[in-house]
Amino acid sequence: MTIATTARVLGQLRHDHRSVALILVVPALLLTAVYFLYENETSPPGFPRTFDRVGLMMLAIFPFVVMFLVTSITMLRERTSGTLERLLTTPIHKADLLFGYALAFSIMAALQSLVATAVAYWIFDLDIKGSPGFVVMIAVINAVLGVALGLFCSAFARTEFQAVQFMPVVVVPQILLCGLFVARDDMNEVLEAISGVLPLTFSVEALKEIAGNVDATSAMWQDALIMGGIVVGVLVLASLTLRRQTR
Amino acid sequence: MVDPLTCMFAGSSFNSSVGELMESAEARMTPTPSAIEATRLHVSRSRTKILRGLDFTVDAGRITGLLGPSGSGKTTLMRAIVGVQRITRGTVTVLGRPAGSAPLRHDVGYVTQGASVYADLSVEANVRYFGAMHGATAADAAEAISAVGLEKFARQKAADLSGGQFSRVSLACALVAHPQLLILDEPTVGLDPVLRAELWERFAAMAAGGTTLLVSSHVMEEASHCSSLLLLRDGLLLAQLTPAELAERGGSDDLERAFLTIIKAAEQVIKSTRGQEESQVTP
Repeated sequence: MTIATTARVLGQLRHDHRSVALILVVPALLLTAVYFLYENETSPPGFPRTFDRVGLMMLAIFPFVVMFLVTSITMLRERTSGTLERLLTTPIHKADLLFGYALAFSIMAALQSLVATAVAYWIFDLDIKGSPGFVVMIAVINAVLGVALGLFCSAFARTEFQAVQFMPVVVVPQILLCGLFVARDDMNEVLEAISGVLPLTFSVEALKEIAGNVDATSAMWQDALIMGGIVVGVLVLASLTLRRQTR
Repeated sequence: MVDPLTCMFAGSSFNSSVGELMESAEARMTPTPSAIEATRLHVSRSRTKILRGLDFTVDAGRITGLLGPSGSGKTTLMRAIVGVQRITRGTVTVLGRPAGSAPLRHDVGYVTQGASVYADLSVEANVRYFGAMHGATAADAAEAISAVGLEKFARQKAADLSGGQFSRVSLACALVAHPQLLILDEPTVGLDPVLRAELWERFAAMAAGGTTLLVSSHVMEEASHCSSLLLLRDGLLLAQLTPAELAERGGSDDLERAFLTIIKAAEQVIKSTRGQEESQVTP
């Protein structure tokens, strides 16, 4: 039933060519914009280009944002159209539904980050020491995080309009505090503490490890593991929002 | 128009329901086995009392009509039977188990009033997906699609269908699981007379094959297709009777008029004496 759900979600997306195109192409285009933004920057020799730092983080942030949006809207539709209630009257297990969603959107996220990473690597010569395979891995974990948070947040929105409003609440603080704009060490204590518990922070740390080391470091695996733990935790929270009975 | 598919349908649900019939007959030692039993069923949603003490049984292998004006609690009652609506007081037993218990999810099909299907998927993909929840095969899906007369549209997106076709996709998604008990909330709304007649024939064939159907409607003329009727009004059960009894008690062959007569009579009874046979109100 997990696989059937994954196939169904992907089937729904497949009919929606425009969304597929947006998911796959937009991150690559934005990355292009970031590249040209820093085009005329001159960095002292020995220091990495800003693009190598910002572009790399973008590769992890895009799938998170996109999948959060796509999932929360899709799940909200499922709740409002009555299909969720109907599904829950069938023998489907809640885990089948949640993992089905997570798997479907991870596949999309993997495709998306393959495109974006390829563009960054081959067109813009993204310069990192580690393997781009790990970059894609972190991007996919981030995407699943977006899926999990989207599934969870959709329970608190009644309309698609409200669902979109969750983005400034859930996504923007993480982007601001993840270390993209200001290094975490330079933040005041309160912000640094908040930053330390936001999931996106761990993926940015992991990416820094990948950028700075040829081989995978234990710090990177630890960050990835923490991310995985958070994802599972949020999925469990999301499953609590799926109720078979209404009061 | 009983086609081979109908027979296949009827045949497959027959075996399981024979077992069910014998089981419940043994358990209760009564001649007529019931698929649904409700006792003193109360449902309140946010302090509004929607169902106020219902007692009734629904016979297995029959079509039971749930009739009443809109707002009388038909949908809430159906949701309580399916198990998606929390019961405030009383009990609902479905196929020998408490409503909503996990084993029933295989045996109870529920078609909501608004079609709950994925508008952005094809008819076939919808039916196959809901079928997958019950381990149904592609052949089962094709059978369910032709049972609602949508073979020609199987590959079309549900959103591109007409309103009547769209609601039949929802029905096919329930049929694919071969449920023993099928709960249908206003399945004929928005259908033309020809299709409505076809669907009622389909329901009759399923009942003949042993499936229990509970069908709600606010169109009284459809009552004649049912073998038993539950008349609901303001969360109270006015009566459980056959269409013939409805015509007799209401003093009219026009079932709509008969129903109105019974409502008026019942309202006077409720106001004055309480506890006549029409009003099944439990204190």
